[in-house]
Amino acid sequence: MNNNKVQNNRAWWLVLPMLILVAFSAIIPLMTVVNYSVQDVLGPHARFFTGTEWFQTMLNDSALQAAFLRQMIFSLTILAIQIPLGIGIALIMPKRGWQASAVLILITLPLLIPWNVVGSIWQIFTRGDIGLMGWGLRELGINYNITRNAGDAWATIILMDVWHWTPLVAMLCYSGLRSIPEAYYQAARIDRASKWAVFRYIQLPKLTNVLVIAVLLRFMHSFMIYAEPFVLTGGGPGSSTTFLSQSLATMAIGQQDLGPSAAFSLIYFLVILLVSWIFYTTIMHMQKDKNPQGGA
Amino acid sequence: MSWMVWTTPTAIFFSSIAAMLAGMTLWEILSPTVERKGFLPISTTRGDRLFIGLLSAAFIHLGFIGFTTFSIWIALALSAVWLLVLMRWG
Repeated sequence: MNNNKVQNNRAWWLVLPMLILVAFSAIIPLMTVVNYSVQDVLGPHARFFTGTEWFQTMLNDSALQAAFLRQMIFSLTILAIQIPLGIGIALIMPKRGWQASAVLILITLPLLIPWNVVGSIWQIFTRGDIGLMGWGLRELGINYNITRNAGDAWATIILMDVWHWTPLVAMLCYSGLRSIPEAYYQAARIDRASKWAVFRYIQLPKLTNVLVIAVLLRFMHSFMIYAEPFVLTGGGPGSSTTFLSQSLATMAIGQQDLGPSAAFSLIYFLVILLVSWIFYTTIMHMQKDKNPQGGA
Repeated sequence: MSWMVWTTPTAIFFSSIAAMLAGMTLWEILSPTVERKGFLPISTTRGDRLFIGLLSAAFIHLGFIGFTTFSIWIALALSAVWLLVLMRWG
């Protein structure tokens, strides 16, 4: 933009160690996956070039297509619940004093629990014989059984994810809200702005940046969800809660079909890349339109 | 390197990506990019357009492989044309 300013780009060399690290932890393994995806590797000396065959099989596999659809519905559902709920919680959280610290600690607790432990907690919680929720619903006369009814399994997984991850959205929004200068609220009071107007024209625009992070994190996380549903329902009943990661793990680890699972991982990766890019660009673009001076 | 089970097509693929990145770096040094608005709904830099082009090329290839019986070379040719259009007018 400013062409007569001399830019010194030497600081980029400081990124080099990170780049080397990423090369070893991500780029080289990903290249290997690409190599596997076009071959049938039977052993160190027996491999056959298969070209695009695995991709064709994976794209036309009806079980994977169903898992993909399920995954999309799941991710969009939890985003639709967690983002508004997180904003709402952040808005009603105490702003200062010991109450603020206490609420922050309470709200962070679910985030500290490992994924598979969350699955176990909910597995016990929803059991009809010893689980508080399962037993309680049964005593109320509701036929609730996550191993038999697909609807119950879905509702429980969504509830579990909301319980586990809404705190992250709430904390991000809370930090975003705290960084709004008091002067904005004073100006709003002088204008006698309603609570809704304050939210719509001050708080929400100032939250855009943290919401981008929240939406991206929650989308990527939920799109790759594995341990929690695996422990809670094992993908059942039938395959009604089998998401993409679990299909991939069954194929790659259970059946050792490395070629097809490599092809599948690449498709999976491309979809995550595309959706994340669309989210990121849309939100950043909305912001740019509002402040043409580039205040963002 | 043998554990990476290289094949000629994948080696060519990664070399072209590396060549593109190197070329883009050189181009950026010779004449820095200017963000502009073309037929895409967003204003983009040169690197943005290359990224969009490559990502859509991946999906063009997947679409051809998965849901048509056309040769993959048609997908490649189509992607190359699309990438050029995108770089010039996108």
